[in-house]
Amino acid sequence: MKSLYLVIVGCGRLGSHLANLLSRIGHRVVVIDKNPDSFHKLAAESFSGTRIEGDASEAAVLRQARVDLADLVIAATQADNVNLMVASVARRVFRVEHVMARVYDPARESMYHELGLETVCPTLIAGEAFLDLVRRASGNGGGR
Amino acid sequence: MKALLLGGGRPLWFLAQTLARKGHAVTVVSRDAHECAHFANRVAATIVHGDATDPGLLEDAGARSAQLVLAAMANDADNLVACQVAQRWFAVPRVIALVNDPDNQEVFAALGVQAISTVVTVASLVEQRVTIDQVTNLIPAADGRVTLTEITLEEQNTAVGRRVVELGLPRDALIAVITRAEQTIVPRGETQLQVGDRVLLVALPESHPAALRLLTTNGG
Repeated sequence: MKSLYLVIVGCGRLGSHLANLLSRIGHRVVVIDKNPDSFHKLAAESFSGTRIEGDASEAAVLRQARVDLADLVIAATQADNVNLMVASVARRVFRVEHVMARVYDPARESMYHELGLETVCPTLIAGEAFLDLVRRASGNGGGR
Repeated sequence: MKALLLGGGRPLWFLAQTLARKGHAVTVVSRDAHECAHFANRVAATIVHGDATDPGLLEDAGARSAQLVLAAMANDADNLVACQVAQRWFAVPRVIALVNDPDNQEVFAALGVQAISTVVTVASLVEQRVTIDQVTNLIPAADGRVTLTEITLEEQNTAVGRRVVELGLPRDALIAVITRAEQTIVPRGETQLQVGDRVLLVALPESHPAALRLLTTNGG
C-alpha cells in the first residue's frame, strides 16, 4: 500500500474516527480543528499524525497544513458550508486531486456536483437504509 | 435596483437603510431574529429571517429577480456558499462577497466569486490617505484592480530632482501624467520631477504602496 498524505478537517466523531484508522494503517495524517479540546478523540495508541488548531476557512490554516501537497482532503466539520468551502479551495486553489465533503443538507448537492466536488450526505444514506427497511417490511409482510 | 443583502450587524442595516432611501428595493436576509425584529420598523426594507445559504429561502427572498446580492455574514464559508447559490442557482447578475479574512479576497476570486475586503480597503486608506497629506486623490478603478493616485511633490521628497527612470518604480506602476503649473506633461523616462508637480500614479494594488513610498519618502 502506498502511504498517502491526508488532511482531515474537523475532529468530531467522523473526523477523529477516520484519523485514528488511517494513521494506524500507515498514512500520514494531519487533522485540523478550531477547537483544540476535540483532539482528545485522537487515540494515543493509533494516531501518530499532526494536529493543527485553526479555522480551515482561512487559507493560511490550509497552507500551514500543506494542503498543496495532500493526496486527499476530507472535510468533515459540523458546518456544511465550511466543508463545502474547504473542499472547493482544496480542489480549485490547491489542486488536490481527491477531495470529499460531508454535507448534512442535501438541498445543494447537485450544485456541488456541477462544481466538481464529491460530497457524502449522511442524511440521504440513513434515509436510504430506513427506506430499505420499509421496503423489506412491506414486501415480506405482503399477506397482511 | 433590487438588492439582496445577506447578513447582519449594524453596518449592514445602515447600508440597507442607505440603499432604500436612494430608491432601491432592498431585502435583508438575517439569521439573527432579534435584529430582524429590531429593524423591522426602522429600515424600509423587506426583512427575511433565516439561513441565507439555503436555496429555498433565497428564492423566497426574491433571488430570482434580484440584480445584486451582497453577502456580508460573519463566516466566510457562509458567504462563499450564498454567493455560489446566487450565481449558479438564480443567475443573479451581480454577486459580491464582503469577506472577513482578507486572504479570502484572492481565494474567492479563484473560485469565481467577486470579493471585497473591508480590512484591505480600510488598511489602504489608513496607510495612504490618512498618513500622507500629499495624496489628494485616491480612486480605485476597474473594480479595484487598479488604483489612481494624485500626489503633490514637496520640497523634502527625495523624488524631487530625479528623472522618472531613476525612481525605480515597480513594474506594475507608472506615472501617467504630471501637472506642472499650467502645463500637462505625459512623462518619459528622462522627465525630471520638480517641487509642486502633481503626479498621477497608476498602479496595481500590489505595487501601489511601494510606488507611493518612492514618491513620498523624505530626504534626511
